[in-house]
Amino acid sequence: MIGNFFDQFWSLTFGGLSLGFIYILIALGYTLVYGVLRMINFANSEIFMVGTFATVIVVRDLFKFTQSSEYATGFRLWFILGVALIITMSVSGLLSVVVELVAYRRLRRRNSGVLAPLISAIGVSMVLAESVRIMTDSRPVASPRAMEKKFLGEFFDAGIRLDNTIIVVAALVLFFILWSFINRTRLGKAIRAVSMNPSAAKLMGIDIDKIVSATFLIGGVLTGAAGFFYVLKYENTGSSIGFELGIAAFTAAIIGGIGNIKGAFFGGLALGLLETYASFFLGTQWKAVTVFIVLVLVLYTKPSGLFGESITRTRV
Amino acid sequence: MINIRDKGVEIWENSGKTTRIAIATLSIALVASLPFMGGTILNTPIASYESVLVYPIAMFVLMAIGLNIVIGKSGLLDLGYVAFFAIGAYTMGLLGTKTGLNAWEILPIGIAMSMFAGLVLGVPALKLRGDYLAIVTLGFGEIVRIVALNLGPLGRSEGIIGIPTPPPIFGVEYSFDSHRVYYWTLLIMILVAIWMVRRLSARRAGRAWESIREDEDVAELLGVPTFRYKIWAFVLGASVGGAAGVIYASKTLFIAPDNFTLQISILILACVVFGGMGNIWGVILGAVVLGYLPDRIRFLSEARLLVFGLVLVIMMNLRPDGLLPRKKREKAIPVKEKQ
Repeated sequence: MIGNFFDQFWSLTFGGLSLGFIYILIALGYTLVYGVLRMINFANSEIFMVGTFATVIVVRDLFKFTQSSEYATGFRLWFILGVALIITMSVSGLLSVVVELVAYRRLRRRNSGVLAPLISAIGVSMVLAESVRIMTDSRPVASPRAMEKKFLGEFFDAGIRLDNTIIVVAALVLFFILWSFINRTRLGKAIRAVSMNPSAAKLMGIDIDKIVSATFLIGGVLTGAAGFFYVLKYENTGSSIGFELGIAAFTAAIIGGIGNIKGAFFGGLALGLLETYASFFLGTQWKAVTVFIVLVLVLYTKPSGLFGESITRTRV
Repeated sequence: MINIRDKGVEIWENSGKTTRIAIATLSIALVASLPFMGGTILNTPIASYESVLVYPIAMFVLMAIGLNIVIGKSGLLDLGYVAFFAIGAYTMGLLGTKTGLNAWEILPIGIAMSMFAGLVLGVPALKLRGDYLAIVTLGFGEIVRIVALNLGPLGRSEGIIGIPTPPPIFGVEYSFDSHRVYYWTLLIMILVAIWMVRRLSARRAGRAWESIREDEDVAELLGVPTFRYKIWAFVLGASVGGAAGVIYASKTLFIAPDNFTLQISILILACVVFGGMGNIWGVILGAVVLGYLPDRIRFLSEARLLVFGLVLVIMMNLRPDGLLPRKKREKAIPVKEKQ
């Protein structure tokens, strides 16, 4: 078992890394909203789920790929991937803004505490998950393969697959765009201001509603990108994957310290790798249990996560 | 709706002891006679009316009362309540098929098991604030289901079959299709739960929970041992869920992990929120409405969670406090002084 593990170490690591980057993008969706509102966007997982379906629909219905059609190559491949990514990101981003309007805005204005918005967000995520479940007859949906998953090279006998490479590179690019956006632009500065102190930010003339919408938009766009990468890697989706991936990504956000962008990055990576290694030893059916145990252990030993933000008493 | 609640409270508080006993006896008799009203407008078109009364309605009411201690009274958001229901049911399933114990002997064991599970989950989880607690409990609910799905002795996806029905008690026979008897059994358990919650609410525990719900930091500063009372709320809520689970397993004779999905947790939560968090009558009303409606209006069944989602969103936006919200504190103080 241990010998096997070392034989497969690098191929497991590459798989875990790309899964980790998918987690990072979803975790950013949670962490950004949490940073601004101090609330968990419960519907983020379903925004991810809708994103995966957007990708499938673009590849299958817009570009007419079927299970038996030939792989796209060269410019056409990059064009298809680009269009699918942009459409998926837009759909998820807009959906996220709508979720904020429906589930949060009214309650936020009334100052209804933490529970009421959380429950209405659960309601929204049920509506999304159930509509998709009814439309797909509770069956998983396979995505036609548009891109050949060829090996680019080898690293210690482990093949480096094209899809994993694209995920890692593109997610890194997206992360650094976000990083400079938050740290360099005017809007990013406003988001940081609101997350530090909403009342002071309001007094300084920042339109809180606009900032909250913008945050949901950015979070949704990144979560949508995760949906695209997920379909690229696993080539199937279903109405229940939002829940599975959502709780894992949320765990990632907490491990890193929720509300903290850097925390989401390292938490996502750590969880992706850990989960892949754990599935190797214990079998995939115990994956969710591992995630949960890690979550409880982290919360118990270091409630603030790896990168700060006390979560036992964040709200005063 | 608010008027109905205030009217009810007014009548109750202004009547003497004999009138109160009369009102209580009459309402219990009315509720107990519900199984005989199958031929009326209440009838459900496809599912058997009497079995609907047992599950979901009575079972939902019992669980909603238990969850209400956790969410409504103490403001702790538990999204994995189904775990305790499952633990009760699996205790009944395992002990009922593997040992000679009967349902009445297993009932206290099942309750103890789910209380213990509540303690094990509660000690690490209750140190967290509301929304983290929600995620941890949600994870716990799924873990219990996954463990049942993957562990050989628990029957994996086939579950446990041939669970015995309870033996006769006071000459009353239990069998698979004696829905009425189960309904009355659950009714007695519901009455016991109501009695327990009402007694506790009027005492130190109830006031402690309320103060935790309103502001945990202030409560702690004023000397309320918040952590201990949160554990108590959690464990008591778990005990009610476990009791419901034992009866459920002995009624259906067959349990499988599919009966204990997250959807049950969410449904019970919906009952509590829909009815009015913190007010036991509101919670009961919510559970009755949400348990009964999907079977009464059959076309909802496929889309019933979809409709629940919509209802949750609309309710939270329009009436964040539910159909029959709890009374505000300023009314409760003079009542207490009268005693």
